[in-house]
Amino acid sequence: MNDTVSWLGLAVSLLLVAVAAGISWWQRLGLQRQIIIAAVRALAQLLLVGAALTLVISPGRSIWWSWLWVAAMIGYASSVARRRAPEVPHLLTLALASFGAAAVVTLGVLFGLHVFPLTGRTLVPIAGMMVGNSMTATVLAGRRLTDELRDKRDEVEARLALGQHSRQAATPYVRSALRAALTPQIETTKATGLVFLPGAMTGLILAGVAPLQAVLVQAVVMFLVLAATATTTAVIALGLVRRLFTQDHRLRYLPTPADH
Amino acid sequence: MAFEFQRLTVLRAGRRVLEEITATIPAAGITVVAGPSGAGKTTLLRLCNRLEIPDEGTVSYRGRPMDELDPLTLRRRVGMVFQRPTPFPGSVADNLAVAHPEATTGELSTALTRVALDSGLLGQDARSLSGGELQRMCLARTLVTRPETLLLDEPTSALDARPKQVFENTARDLAGQGITIIWVTHDDAQAARVADRIYQLREGHLARAAEGTGP
Repeated sequence: MNDTVSWLGLAVSLLLVAVAAGISWWQRLGLQRQIIIAAVRALAQLLLVGAALTLVISPGRSIWWSWLWVAAMIGYASSVARRRAPEVPHLLTLALASFGAAAVVTLGVLFGLHVFPLTGRTLVPIAGMMVGNSMTATVLAGRRLTDELRDKRDEVEARLALGQHSRQAATPYVRSALRAALTPQIETTKATGLVFLPGAMTGLILAGVAPLQAVLVQAVVMFLVLAATATTTAVIALGLVRRLFTQDHRLRYLPTPADH
Repeated sequence: MAFEFQRLTVLRAGRRVLEEITATIPAAGITVVAGPSGAGKTTLLRLCNRLEIPDEGTVSYRGRPMDELDPLTLRRRVGMVFQRPTPFPGSVADNLAVAHPEATTGELSTALTRVALDSGLLGQDARSLSGGELQRMCLARTLVTRPETLLLDEPTSALDARPKQVFENTARDLAGQGITIIWVTHDDAQAARVADRIYQLREGHLARAAEGTGP
């Protein structure tokens, strides 16, 4: 197989979109228009990103452009997290802090310890993996903790009424939220290679990289995602506890999703 | 004097739940705060435990304004039992230990005995207790912090006659041991049975109503 996909190859692959639309038409799902719009939109977005990335990480370009790209990704991901869970107070600033902390931890290890050379070509995709793969868990942790503290307010206040510090009173709910947010990623990590071949590895093999090398890169990416998910969810949960309780250890009023 | 309220006002969604309450609550015996549902009784208790703060006015505890007291220490001195029992996951011992993780088994057993519960219940799953036992376990959990004042927020509203009577007797015993009790209820008969004095809270205003008859 050729290592690269030609424009003709891309056009041919649109047949697969036609298959999806055809199934929708056959089963009268009424989703044909949405399928075509989704595919065209994804293609347009990818081409735009590809063009921008070509500019940002082209040889000779300053690495600061790549860092700027990473910062923009973090900003955009934080705003998406905020939109996904408007009932979670202060989620925008907390998500910015959590993705920032995850960036320091993961990029610090991978580039600081020379697992990858620090170039635009490595920085941008690795930061993208970090942000993209931890966003769902971040939203889940924030939403779960807010729900727990709101729904179990009686229990939380019973703990506070016993003289517990707000951090201590929130601990069982923080643990529950972190477990719920991290478990899917742990399960995915366990099933990797057996149940499915992850995207980065598949992409590398399709691009002609030796399978063993692709596996090594994929393993690093999996560990990166695990660390990023753990870091972002922990920062979100601990940050939320600081925001949801007052200085004198009272639980603030928490709106329900229906209030938004 | 246990509590002193000075022009205490609490607003909620624009409504005055409590309006310019000025009153004192003595430290001795059981003070009942009676009144219809929605009169602001629970809010008044929550102010005494600092789970809420007033929009206007001040609450003083034993002569000191609440905001000068460390809230964590205050809450251990002023324990609160809620209307609905709030068992935490785990055994009865786990529940009591939340209040005092370093407490010995002997101390936990004593707390159960003080509320007329068998110390053999320590190892039992808290959520398997009956309603009356559960509410007394919550009282025992509060006693583990060795409070000098107890705030009881309609603690027997969901109990049948027999467990209600056991709870009332337990509270009387605790009052006899020198613990100040403020008991919120909308049950006039219960107020008359347990109170050393009764305050009426109506439409946001608190007034001394009567001396209770006690047991």
